[in-house]
Amino acid sequence: MKLSVWTYEGPPHVGAIRVATGMEKVHLVLHAPQGDTYADLLFTMIERRNHRPPVTYTTFQARDLGSDTATLFKSACEDAYNRFKPDLMLVGASCTAELIQDDPGGLAEALGLPIPVVALELPSYQRKENFGADETFFQIVKKLAVPQPRTKNISCNLIGPTALGFRHRDDVEEIEKVLQNLGIEVNVVAPMGSNPGDIRNLGAAHFNVLMYPETGESACRFLEKNLDQPYTKTVPIGVGALSQFVSEIEEVTGLTDLQNKVGSRLPWYSASVDSTYLTGKRVFIFGDGSHVIAAAKIAADEIGFEVAGLGCFNREMARPVRAAAKSLALEALITDDYLEVEAKISELAPELILGTQMERHIGKRLGIPCAVISAPVHVQDFPARYSPQMGPEGANVIFDTWVHPLVMGLEEHLLTMFREDFEFSDANGPSHHAAHQPKTIEKETIVEEASSQTGSSHVIWMSDAEKELRKIPFFVRGKAKRNTERYAVDKGVLEISIDTLYEAKAHYAR
Amino acid sequence: MPKDAPQLGCAQAPILKERGQHEVFCGLTSIVWLHRKMQDAFFLVVGSRTCAHLLQSAAGVMIFAEPRFATAILEETDLAGMADVHEELDRNVSQLLSRRPDIKRLFLVGSCPSEVIKLDLATVAEKLSEKYFPNVNVINFSGSGIETTFTQGEDACLEAVIRSLPSSEKTQLAVLGALPDIVQDQMMRLLEQLGLKNVFVLPQVKFDDDVSIGKNTQFICVQPFLGASYEEMVRRGAKPISANFPFGAEGTTKWLWAISERFGISKAKFDTVVAAPKLRAEQAVAAVADGLRGKSVFFFPDSQLEIPLARFLSAECGMELTEVGSPFIHKSLVHADLEDLPAPTQISEGQDVDKQLDRVFDYNPDLTVCGLGLANPLESKGLSTKWAIELVFSPIHFYEQAADLASLFARPLKRAELLKVGP
Repeated sequence: MKLSVWTYEGPPHVGAIRVATGMEKVHLVLHAPQGDTYADLLFTMIERRNHRPPVTYTTFQARDLGSDTATLFKSACEDAYNRFKPDLMLVGASCTAELIQDDPGGLAEALGLPIPVVALELPSYQRKENFGADETFFQIVKKLAVPQPRTKNISCNLIGPTALGFRHRDDVEEIEKVLQNLGIEVNVVAPMGSNPGDIRNLGAAHFNVLMYPETGESACRFLEKNLDQPYTKTVPIGVGALSQFVSEIEEVTGLTDLQNKVGSRLPWYSASVDSTYLTGKRVFIFGDGSHVIAAAKIAADEIGFEVAGLGCFNREMARPVRAAAKSLALEALITDDYLEVEAKISELAPELILGTQMERHIGKRLGIPCAVISAPVHVQDFPARYSPQMGPEGANVIFDTWVHPLVMGLEEHLLTMFREDFEFSDANGPSHHAAHQPKTIEKETIVEEASSQTGSSHVIWMSDAEKELRKIPFFVRGKAKRNTERYAVDKGVLEISIDTLYEAKAHYAR
Repeated sequence: MPKDAPQLGCAQAPILKERGQHEVFCGLTSIVWLHRKMQDAFFLVVGSRTCAHLLQSAAGVMIFAEPRFATAILEETDLAGMADVHEELDRNVSQLLSRRPDIKRLFLVGSCPSEVIKLDLATVAEKLSEKYFPNVNVINFSGSGIETTFTQGEDACLEAVIRSLPSSEKTQLAVLGALPDIVQDQMMRLLEQLGLKNVFVLPQVKFDDDVSIGKNTQFICVQPFLGASYEEMVRRGAKPISANFPFGAEGTTKWLWAISERFGISKAKFDTVVAAPKLRAEQAVAAVADGLRGKSVFFFPDSQLEIPLARFLSAECGMELTEVGSPFIHKSLVHADLEDLPAPTQISEGQDVDKQLDRVFDYNPDLTVCGLGLANPLESKGLSTKWAIELVFSPIHFYEQAADLASLFARPLKRAELLKVGP
């Protein structure tokens, strides 16, 4: 049993719904009690889909238990077929139905429907949403994909995008543009936007682009093994990753000189002098494994941040995320416990969080700015504008998105110089934000509390030193405080004076 | 009411009972408002990842403060042996209470999986109550989807609370149902002006061991979904007061008058107290109702508020009712409102969502009240919709909110008129 306040992932059947909702001519019959239909609103409200997800929920009640839940499943399945006439039926059970063990697969098979039926095993008490999506798509591919003659021109499939995915809609468009520039055709995009006929036709492509390992890796592995289709391993988020992605394509296709066909504004924006102030800003990165690995590279190599900590919520990606952390001399935080992530952020007191909706909550509470880089998503992560994460435009979007929450360079200096100005206080947040609020001072105290947890309790701040500390803008104060305390402990100093503060500053100067 | 009003009375009308896919929340969703209402309470759902995900999807996006609810997520190992589960729960509760020493009431909330594996939360709650006595009172109820729909979670919670209350012979009035704080204050002021003493509300904001019930307790509900709580009160000897629910000027007046009659308050006194706020409400509603008059409305089942709200829209705003669907109809509670619905109105109970969608397209109503899962798909097909959940999360009861309530229905229609671009 695990105590949970917020969860990063839904149950596995939500992953199955993400696959079904992304596809066409597919219907999912889910053996589930009333209430599980809440999943529909994720798609109709958060993603603003104008269709109901193609899902029938059997809606069994307490009085049905032990009597005829199986009959209920069969009639729901039959009704769904007659009403929606799909080309492919998926059947499965949510957590409660898993306990009553009605065997949806066997029941559906007994109906003898004239279309293929895929029975899903979604172990609700062991696995989660991403597994559910990956497994569902894998089972569909396994059922339908057969070897096909390859297309005349070099072509690929884009694998992994689903409904309710973080920027999947725009990533697909962006990668299609990139491939077009490289002279490569797109055979099928799946699961999102595909129908069962397209899945049968996957084999016509020369290779696969694995866009989202979280939801498409099992299918790609299957296609590699059974249809002899290699797949790209690098997720093209960031300039370096995009270049590596293009190299992989050169290797797979034998094409050459592709690198100059992709370019982003990020390198120049990072190089331009106004970006100097970004140097060494401490960031904490948390999200799904793929996005975290990409974000860590961008942060360290393309923007010049210092990665203070990183981690992911999906255990399936623990190994590559640990490796990414190790390359930055860090230890990865692998957990789906929101409170653990909050404690870590509080301890590290970073200047920026790159996280999910959950970390936005944490950032709000701790007064630390946050940019969202990964699912779980919220309605605002589905912007009306074109806003990919992948490809050249994705790198541009990322630069803008990450820099936006920060106080800008010259403003940062002015705040430091004129800290006493009653109308121009660092507690107001960046002045280019709409929510700029020249009132609250809450943030300051919270950051201090947060940082003092890590401070050594037997070190005392003298009152003049404490006053001096308050003159340092809040977004670096936590770090200054921590560094000074660490310095004092190292030197065996018990009372921190103004001198200690500046000695520490000199010691940690960068 | 206009003179040419249609014939009223749907209390005896046939109800279309449906049994199929329900597009509704389960009772756990009630925790979203209960945990804010009851400031010293914590709700621990014993369930699956789905339960946690539901609560977060229904509520998480709205709540940035630390919620006073959590889920103890059952895992594979818990399903293997029952003894373990009790120990595990004990461990989770002690972890929780050490983090939140301010908690005075802990609700263990059953879910679909905990009901199916027959986890005995009542016994666990009893043991925990003994263990944490007198600091924390541990109570259990079920919000499972196999037994409860959306607002029935509040009903199950209140029923459990009532069961835990001591008996007394005190002459008093109990008002059942969670209201927004400001609305509850308005209600208490009105009852005080009417001369009523010894009034208490369930659920209580803070635990108060002074509250008791017995045969001299008169009670009335402010929410129509409290069927089980109603029955539990009756079992405990309390005397129900039946009335229309306090929506709009008319509903509020009838609700207050029913109480006044029971407590022997004179018509003259009553009129002095309600005259001003009643007039204010009527005038305010009239200003908004212009946009609603003559327009047709269809209710998908959602919160059980549908029947009283349909009465308000029909009687006080001049709307035409097509179908009024409710997940469950407690006739003893909504009798008066059913009587005030124009005949013939199609009343339906339960749901078979695909068939109901066929019917809504046949009616092609001006306004469709439905859940979040259906709203955008219907909008994309050209129907104006009102999210039902907003009716549960907004202050809509009593005189001062009457016009706000009408506005909630008028806004989608006004918006459709305003927008010069379409999808």
